[in-house]
Amino acid sequence: MSVEESKRKTQIVQDFQSKMDYDELLNCMRCGFCLPSCPTYIETGGNEAASPRGRIALMKAVVDGKMEPDKDFEDQLSLCLGCRACEPACPSGVKYGHLLEEARDILQAKKKHSLPVKFVRRFFFDQVFPHQNRMRTLNSLMWFYQKSGVQKLARATNMTRIAGKNMSTMEKVLPAIPSPSKMKNRPERIEAESAVKKKVAFFSGCLMDTMFMETNDATLYLLKKANCEVVIPQTQNCCGALHAHSGEKDTAKELAKKNIEAFEEGDFDYIISNAGGCGALLVEYDYLLKDEPEWKERAKAFSDKVMDITEILYDAGLPDMELDPQIVTYQDSCHLRNVMRTAAAPRKLLQSIKGVTYMEMKEADQCCGSAGTYNIIEQEMSMQILDHKMANVEKTEAATIVTANPGCLLQMKAGVEREGKRDSMRAVHIVDLLAEAVKYGEKSLQKA
Amino acid sequence: MLNKEVKGKLEKIVGQENLLDSQQDLIVYSYDATPDYQALPDAVIKPRHKEDVAEIVKVCNEYKVPIVPRGSATNLCAGTTPLEGGLVMLFNYMKDIIEIDEENLTVTVQPGVITLDMIKAVEEKGLFYPPDPSSMKISTIGGNINECSGGLRGLKYGVTRDYVIGIEFVMPDGSIVKTGGKLAKDVAGYDLTRLMVGSEGTLGIITEATLKLIPVPETKKTMLALYDSLEAAGNTVSKIISNRIIPATLEFLDQPTIQVVEDFANIGLPTEAGAILLIEQDGPEEVVERDIQRMAEICEETNALSVQIAQSPEEGEALTSARRSALSALARLKPTTILEDATVPRSKISEMVKAIEEIADKYNVKICTFGHAGDGNLHPTCMTDARNRDEMQRVEQAFEDIFAKAIDMGGTITGEHGVGVMKSPYLSWKVGEAGVEAMRAIKEAFDPNNIMNPGKVFAKDARKRVVVQR
Repeated sequence: MSVEESKRKTQIVQDFQSKMDYDELLNCMRCGFCLPSCPTYIETGGNEAASPRGRIALMKAVVDGKMEPDKDFEDQLSLCLGCRACEPACPSGVKYGHLLEEARDILQAKKKHSLPVKFVRRFFFDQVFPHQNRMRTLNSLMWFYQKSGVQKLARATNMTRIAGKNMSTMEKVLPAIPSPSKMKNRPERIEAESAVKKKVAFFSGCLMDTMFMETNDATLYLLKKANCEVVIPQTQNCCGALHAHSGEKDTAKELAKKNIEAFEEGDFDYIISNAGGCGALLVEYDYLLKDEPEWKERAKAFSDKVMDITEILYDAGLPDMELDPQIVTYQDSCHLRNVMRTAAAPRKLLQSIKGVTYMEMKEADQCCGSAGTYNIIEQEMSMQILDHKMANVEKTEAATIVTANPGCLLQMKAGVEREGKRDSMRAVHIVDLLAEAVKYGEKSLQKA
Repeated sequence: MLNKEVKGKLEKIVGQENLLDSQQDLIVYSYDATPDYQALPDAVIKPRHKEDVAEIVKVCNEYKVPIVPRGSATNLCAGTTPLEGGLVMLFNYMKDIIEIDEENLTVTVQPGVITLDMIKAVEEKGLFYPPDPSSMKISTIGGNINECSGGLRGLKYGVTRDYVIGIEFVMPDGSIVKTGGKLAKDVAGYDLTRLMVGSEGTLGIITEATLKLIPVPETKKTMLALYDSLEAAGNTVSKIISNRIIPATLEFLDQPTIQVVEDFANIGLPTEAGAILLIEQDGPEEVVERDIQRMAEICEETNALSVQIAQSPEEGEALTSARRSALSALARLKPTTILEDATVPRSKISEMVKAIEEIADKYNVKICTFGHAGDGNLHPTCMTDARNRDEMQRVEQAFEDIFAKAIDMGGTITGEHGVGVMKSPYLSWKVGEAGVEAMRAIKEAFDPNNIMNPGKVFAKDARKRVVVQR
């Protein structure tokens, strides 16, 4: 080992000792109840090192100075999806997600990335996601790519294949990007359709308000139909989830602070998110900022108000919904289920649509393998998990797979594409399907 | 570290990919669910079939390398912690359900099959495997057999040993032995099947087992009764049994546990209640109905504060939530949770729980007790912090007193967790010196080189029994 390398490892051990929450590591009583909930434990045929209990033991061994933070260790933490399905299964209530994020943050800070990787990370994490205007610019470029004929050309000449089979599939499943002018003119306020039932603020998200803008529009439409009065604070920005999960905690904290400020003014009782991945970090802003006394209270006030769109729609009630007869199944967003603990509301909403036959798929609560940037970093495992997932989808004979988070949506679309089922199966965001069903319901009513 | 020669021989048997000895592998196979025990193995090995197992054992016997067979490491007696190093043996490749025999009502499995997966598979055929240890979602059948696991249904249906009717195992010299079979009656020689059940991996390595099944009970009903004292609950238990009713489940929580569960789960339990009984009966509908009504009457007659009978399976689920969340609620209080399983004749339960409370006070430690009222199997659970060595010492003393008290009442030091390392110092308290010697003689006859899970069951230095007088 080079001197530099051994210095790096010593530094990592010191950081583990000073930063990891040792009480939380000890809280794991090693009962093993988390094992059956862990996708990587199952996919590896029962490798203890790829389980939450194993990973906690490894982190603890590093803190205890009983293990060197070697490549195996870093690889094992990278292989974790961060789906947090182990948390509801844990009798001791160990916050595994927090341990994982802290460990990744330490490793990331000491990591030597190759120049291109470093460039891409800095470009996206520092220069793009935090700035909504730049998100718009980047999406405008993609819009140009899709609309100008370059996409056609790239696909015809197999140029997209250069980026690898996975990226080429991903390129195919990206939604139609809205035009630059549409992305610029976003609403600031939506009135309820009739008597106001709830007053809410909408967290629009960086990706959701550009690439998935139509889903945000559908969200606002549904809130209006559910008689919610909506404000959309204009100074909000990216939630910071991708940063937090990738070991870029400092940027995540800065983003959190800006969002807390943006949502401090105004008359509303809830902050509504329509992406499980964002929502799960928003409800944990108080944890993210736990070491900053001047922010802790403000963060808690913010987090206490956060709620998923499906909860508020189920609570406030939507007009009668209807769709053409079809079988529908639902894939949980891990962070929506395991962190925000929202699982019943989306299912109940889907079951209330006339014409829909709801079929619960086996292991709907298990990760689809998208997991933020996981499907790019850990392609092989991600695709293994996805294939397993698609086998369960097919058993339901569903025509429509519903998800509640953009990452899951793209992954499920990629799954449909991989299976060659584009003609008989679609993947949609729950909000888009509900909006479709409300509109269809209204039309039916008019006809009657 | 294994020496090169041994390593080479083992790799030749299972292939390089199935002999693991990286730093990471050694760490993650160094523990089980027992607090405060950890030790690194020299390597981890994954046999693909029984022939691999036999070959591995031969090498280990020749070079005197310890072998620790490991299922999912959920045991609570440090039974699969490799305290003397050697090989940890995994059964990831040996997890097939070989056959469900619907004529003989048996299932034949490999040791690595997950208990619940097997239960679900036989239930699809309308058959029932009753032992239900709370770890069954992840525990393996091999582990269950080695520890003779119990569960909530012990009173009516018995425990693992009552369902194992045939075993195939590899002796420490590598020979393969088959015991029992798909037979209700079999008296051909010593009962090696029973000997292997609960042997904690110290006699041989189980490579296959045949288990007895019964028809699935048609219906199930649940009720919950509250009491102002544990004695009153104890009277109910005695009266139910003396009325010749054997319920499928008969579980209790004591007052400190109720308090902790309510603080954690907010399910509306009256925290002033002295005890809760959770009662279930299963079987044909008219029998279940009759037994539940009669047991409700008995609860009233023995001064229950309230009796609730679930009107639907969902309501039944809700009633069991207090019992189901007991461990979660207790485990959250402190970093270290020590769950014991001292067992007494069921008539002594309230007396024993009272004694546990006094012992906890004496040593100034926090112990809550819940468990299986029907079969006298208690779970005194201590919430502590392994870093606090002074308190840990008092905890150990308290448990010593609890074991002693249980034995005084005609009970045992362990009802379902096994001896392992955790309780080996107390084994002679239960079985006597002559009993330990008889067991040791069996161990030596099977395993003269002491390679099979060494350091378990038999203590290096047994604890002197100090009779505690109060």
